Amino acid sequence: MSVRIGIPKTLSYYVYYPLWEKFFTELGAEVVVSQNTSRRIVDDGVKETVNDACVPIKLFHGHVLNLKDKVDYIFIPRLVSVNGEQIYCPKFLGLPDMIKSTLRGLPEVIAPKIDLRKGRFELLKIVYQVGSILTKNLLQIYSAFKEAKSYFEDFNNLLKEGYTVEESLKLLEGEEVNVDLGQEESSLKVAVLGYPYITYDPYISVNMIQKLRGLGAEVVTTDMLTHRQLDKQKPKLKKDLFWTFSGEVVKAGYHYCETGEIDGLIHVTAFGCGPDFMVDKLLELAAKDKEDIAFMTLTIDEHTGEAGIVTRLEAFVDMLNLRRKH
Amino acid sequence: MKVTFPYMGTSNIVFKSIMEELGHEVVVKKPSKRTLSLGTEHAPEFACIPFKILLGTYLESLEEGADLIVTSGGRGPCRAGHYAQLQEKILHNLGYDFEMVVFEALTDSFKDFFSNIRKVAGSELSWWQIFKLIKKEWYRLMVLDDIERLTHKVRPRELKKGTTTNVFAEAQEIVAVAKTEEEIKKAKEKSFELLNDVPQDPNYEPLKIGIIGEIYVVLEPFANLELEKTLGEMGVEVDRSIYLTGWTKDHTFFVPKKDGVEEAAKPYLDQLVGGHGLDSVGNTVLYAQNGFDGVIQLAPFTCIPEIVAKSILPEVSKDWNIPFLTIFLDEKTGKAGVTTRLEAFVDLIAKKRDEARDRIS
Repeated sequence: MSVRIGIPKTLSYYVYYPLWEKFFTELGAEVVVSQNTSRRIVDDGVKETVNDACVPIKLFHGHVLNLKDKVDYIFIPRLVSVNGEQIYCPKFLGLPDMIKSTLRGLPEVIAPKIDLRKGRFELLKIVYQVGSILTKNLLQIYSAFKEAKSYFEDFNNLLKEGYTVEESLKLLEGEEVNVDLGQEESSLKVAVLGYPYITYDPYISVNMIQKLRGLGAEVVTTDMLTHRQLDKQKPKLKKDLFWTFSGEVVKAGYHYCETGEIDGLIHVTAFGCGPDFMVDKLLELAAKDKEDIAFMTLTIDEHTGEAGIVTRLEAFVDMLNLRRKH
Repeated sequence: MKVTFPYMGTSNIVFKSIMEELGHEVVVKKPSKRTLSLGTEHAPEFACIPFKILLGTYLESLEEGADLIVTSGGRGPCRAGHYAQLQEKILHNLGYDFEMVVFEALTDSFKDFFSNIRKVAGSELSWWQIFKLIKKEWYRLMVLDDIERLTHKVRPRELKKGTTTNVFAEAQEIVAVAKTEEEIKKAKEKSFELLNDVPQDPNYEPLKIGIIGEIYVVLEPFANLELEKTLGEMGVEVDRSIYLTGWTKDHTFFVPKKDGVEEAAKPYLDQLVGGHGLDSVGNTVLYAQNGFDGVIQLAPFTCIPEIVAKSILPEVSKDWNIPFLTIFLDEKTGKAGVTTRLEAFVDLIAKKRDEARDRIS
């Protein structure tokens, strides 16, 4: 029987899953993903996690519990720095330690430290370190990683076209996706900015993107922009944000405000998120400078109800429509 | 220029003295209830309490005509490294006109660090004079820290409650007016004398509690609701793991850390998480090794590094048999509530100590 590696379906899943999945399956392992976020997973996470943590971290604990008895290993990479400059939120840095201290009876945790500030060679070392759990064949490990990388590129290209993570994953597996991205010129355009693990998780974001599309708005996100487009916004920040995701969100906000292509900007944030109070204020101030861009913050937490969010989205879209008419 | 700076514990004495010697008029606003409500009003909701207090003191200082804010930056991943930039934006947005000088670590950029010094110091003083000034004030800061350390020992043993706190206030004044290094040294001796003269119970054996957590709420009594005083007057000797002198050494210059905190934390947290997250874990281990009865973690609500530490502390506590209490502070934390929790905690660790002694005898 092949080795089963569990990947929690949250946090960096929404950014790197295709890369890992391909890598592990190429090496002959079976990848097991935790179930979709559900009330049960949220509740389990809330019960175990330190109470002051944000929802995404609580959710992560819930997903790990969901996987616990089904796998031989759980993959929880310690994301420190991927672009060699910025780092991740301290909770990401301490994630494997938090999990190991809090949850009991876990299978072995694979927690490679991914810190590419140390140079390019570092990545190869990490790949070998993780791959060697499954095989000692160096060549096989690197060819698996090469496969995974090109698969991962395809995934990112789909995101750029405007598909959500879930839709992109389906498309990669050859399934059909029923989405019409070619919106009409006249439709409203709304930027939904937030961390991928919130905006793309259908449960925790109460399907916000689909809801907005349903209300006739075209949705743009951080992922649709290229690194170059984001980097171009860097000079607007007196000091680049420390955290990778936060920096991307702010720069995406600055980009959409600069081009003026959007009618509204929605910042989606989690209750108690540390870096986000800065991100939120920066986006608010950026949108304030633009008279024709409306701004709204939606804060979600473990108690967020669908009806409440939907009402606010509807009101927001109605207001944008009214503004257009005048 | 009229200058203001972040108010944090006794360090305000030192910064005030530096700025005055550089020929600036100084506005020092000791944080009050009003400060906090002002800060809370204009800060984002989820900003931590240090952000709100500092924004409040800036607002109060600007009201009084300050036009230069001198503060420090940081390299992350703790949020505080971005506070200066965001506060500047918020204050400009409110229509205030002022300049802000942000000191980043010397190791980040030599040039910026020194050109910032020039900006604040003006063009008249020579580098040698500036160096001598900083050296003197650094000494003053160390003296203030030493005096505060002594108050932690004296307070639990004092016969009349409140004496130590009064003497400490007096000592701060004495150190504040000292002009030269020689005078500071004399002020130190005088302050030590005064504190040692506080009538004490020589046979009293206080419980010992280590204080860990985020630097601002640990150092500023207004933010932690005078926790050290409260504990001291309950008869507990506290030891603070963070002092500004220690922090500055670690973060500004090239002095490598040698106190073993990182080593001690390693089995539990093998990664710097910014702020004092790793220190909190490591110091808990060290406190346990040094026979402390308990540890109290102080942190602002939504403080990321301390949340990471808090989720790891139960394991450390179990392994090393040392009780800990976490207090998250925000603008709504009330003193009575905190005091009750402290009393309960102290009762528990007192009982634990008694039981341990019974077992031995």
